[in-house]
Amino acid sequence: MATHEYNPEEVRKRRIRGRRKRALREWFVFTGYLTPSLLGVLLFFFGPMIIVLVQSFQRSATNTEFVGFENYVNVWNNKAFRTASVNTLIFAGLAVPLAVLLSLLLALLLSSKIPGKSVFRSIMLNPMMVPVASIVLIWQVMFSYNGALNTYMGWFGIDKLDWMKSDWSRLVILILFLWKNLGYNMVLFISAISAVPSEQLESAKMDGAGAVRRFFSIKLPYLWPTIFFVGIMSLINSFKIFREVYLLAGDYPYDALYMLQNFMNNMFSHLDNAKLTAAAIIMCIAMIIIVGILFIAENRLGRDTEE
Amino acid sequence: MKKNDITPLQPISPATEEVHDHGSIRDLEEVEIVRLSDEELEALHAKGRADAKRRMRVRTFTDRVWTTLGVILALSVAIFALMPIVLTILDSFMSTDEIKTNYSAVYNSLSSASAETKTYLSSTPKLKMIPDFVSFSQYKTLLFLSPTYLLKFWNSVALVVPIVLGQILVGCLASYSFSRYRKKRREVLFFSYVILMLMPFQVTLVPNYLIAKNLGIYNTWWAIILPGVFSTFSIFLLSKYMRQIPSSYIEAAKLDGANEWNIFTKISLPMCKSAIYAMAILLFIDYWNMVEQPLILLEDASKQPLSVFLSQINASEVGVAFAASFIFMIPPLLIFLYGEQYLVEGISRSGIK
Repeated sequence: MATHEYNPEEVRKRRIRGRRKRALREWFVFTGYLTPSLLGVLLFFFGPMIIVLVQSFQRSATNTEFVGFENYVNVWNNKAFRTASVNTLIFAGLAVPLAVLLSLLLALLLSSKIPGKSVFRSIMLNPMMVPVASIVLIWQVMFSYNGALNTYMGWFGIDKLDWMKSDWSRLVILILFLWKNLGYNMVLFISAISAVPSEQLESAKMDGAGAVRRFFSIKLPYLWPTIFFVGIMSLINSFKIFREVYLLAGDYPYDALYMLQNFMNNMFSHLDNAKLTAAAIIMCIAMIIIVGILFIAENRLGRDTEE
Repeated sequence: MKKNDITPLQPISPATEEVHDHGSIRDLEEVEIVRLSDEELEALHAKGRADAKRRMRVRTFTDRVWTTLGVILALSVAIFALMPIVLTILDSFMSTDEIKTNYSAVYNSLSSASAETKTYLSSTPKLKMIPDFVSFSQYKTLLFLSPTYLLKFWNSVALVVPIVLGQILVGCLASYSFSRYRKKRREVLFFSYVILMLMPFQVTLVPNYLIAKNLGIYNTWWAIILPGVFSTFSIFLLSKYMRQIPSSYIEAAKLDGANEWNIFTKISLPMCKSAIYAMAILLFIDYWNMVEQPLILLEDASKQPLSVFLSQINASEVGVAFAASFIFMIPPLLIFLYGEQYLVEGISRSGIK
């Protein structure tokens, strides 16, 4: 009989216990879904990253003597590392703004009233699907010293340029980068532009705002999040430019094309563990700082548009 | 007078009705209604039509100029986008001799990067982009006489397919977890996944290299496949999608007695179908293209994929290079033809927050 007596304290406890049990069950279920990925990420990325961090403070892979920041100082003072960082940064500094700006212009063009928009979109998206290794040959035919471009320039009496072995090589790589990445960015922008509320655009048009004014006052505030997204994606891709450089110019490119990945490859082949790990940590920190700045900037601007 | 112009032409607008509703009838009484004769009305109509026509003509003219300029611009970009692809395909139908006479100057100056070749070959080389005759000799050499190319092609397939399938599987499971269970510590973990996704190869290859050495899978395909499967690239975009699924769907399924596995397979996965296809396409092209990982994680040239091998073609093999390049781009192009719709949709929605 006593079990049927109403005891508020007992009911409350039971309810709490039930809630905890459910929360625990939930945790188990969802952690179960995450487990394969988490194990893999821990084993192949986060775990070894800690080893990298530890080794960056050691003399070498075999000699585990603690040397403080000596490796970092060595890498920082290394001339090749300096060249590679400067080149990578110059390239990213040129490529990312250009990729954002040009793809935005293309997206505006394809969002306007021109015929055959979807055909143009398909064609411009095409380069994204083509492996760089496949079109490298044509790029070489175009830009090598005895290549097509120099020949055509010869017809107009312009002197031959050594495209791949001068500072012009940056331009060659830049064109290849834009060729490959504009399509993807453009699709992102087209969808963002179509998401701009059309009533606002219509009413601005009625009030006599021109196309330029309409872009800067109405479309641009809505586009900021996409601009940042495209910027970050382009930044990631600009760090992958080593592919293009390697395929075009091989292991030992012209100085202006010596990228961070070239430096890393050299360190790998020399099995220089100390420099390798220290350089990886430096780049990791630099990357976190750059992305952090971008995120903060996006939040600031995002708040402005919401107000 | 202006008032008179407008009043007879316009039907009673809702605005005037509203005025009436609010009871200020006096305003309405002040409006002077003028009845126009038929001729006057007709003249007024004609004037209006002429005005509109003139304005229309000016507008259509400037519109047309802008449209033409836009089409020209789009066309030139499209030509720029297509040209390298088309030229590669065209050149793959050149005979080996033709390629040698056309391009040997180019490749000589590339392979031996010394100053002598420059001066030696200062005369203008013959540069034809379009073959004189269609010849399948390149393909014949490639497919029947040089098995290395086919072997490398197979290497590429054997590396890429497991990575794509594995990463999609692992990524879907993890994304479902991240989208349904959103406690604070989980969000921190998710953020660290995003940071990892943003890390360039220059950073991630070092830990990959170390672990491959330790696990004894260095110089095997596993050294590339396993990190590829557990890469967090797909998780970021897929969870973004899964978080957009309205929670009412999930609540309704729960009321009907569905467990988490049912919700995952019957609601989350079908609703993210296009995103999953898009992700698979993006992953395929990214790994089909890979250069960094095989260069560092595979020592044996025989295990390298075609992407690396194509870059090592030297002047003597230029003859088959174009055909090899074209064959290498066929799988992604076919995938693009079939999956473009998914790809565009997947990319489009990934950018909107």
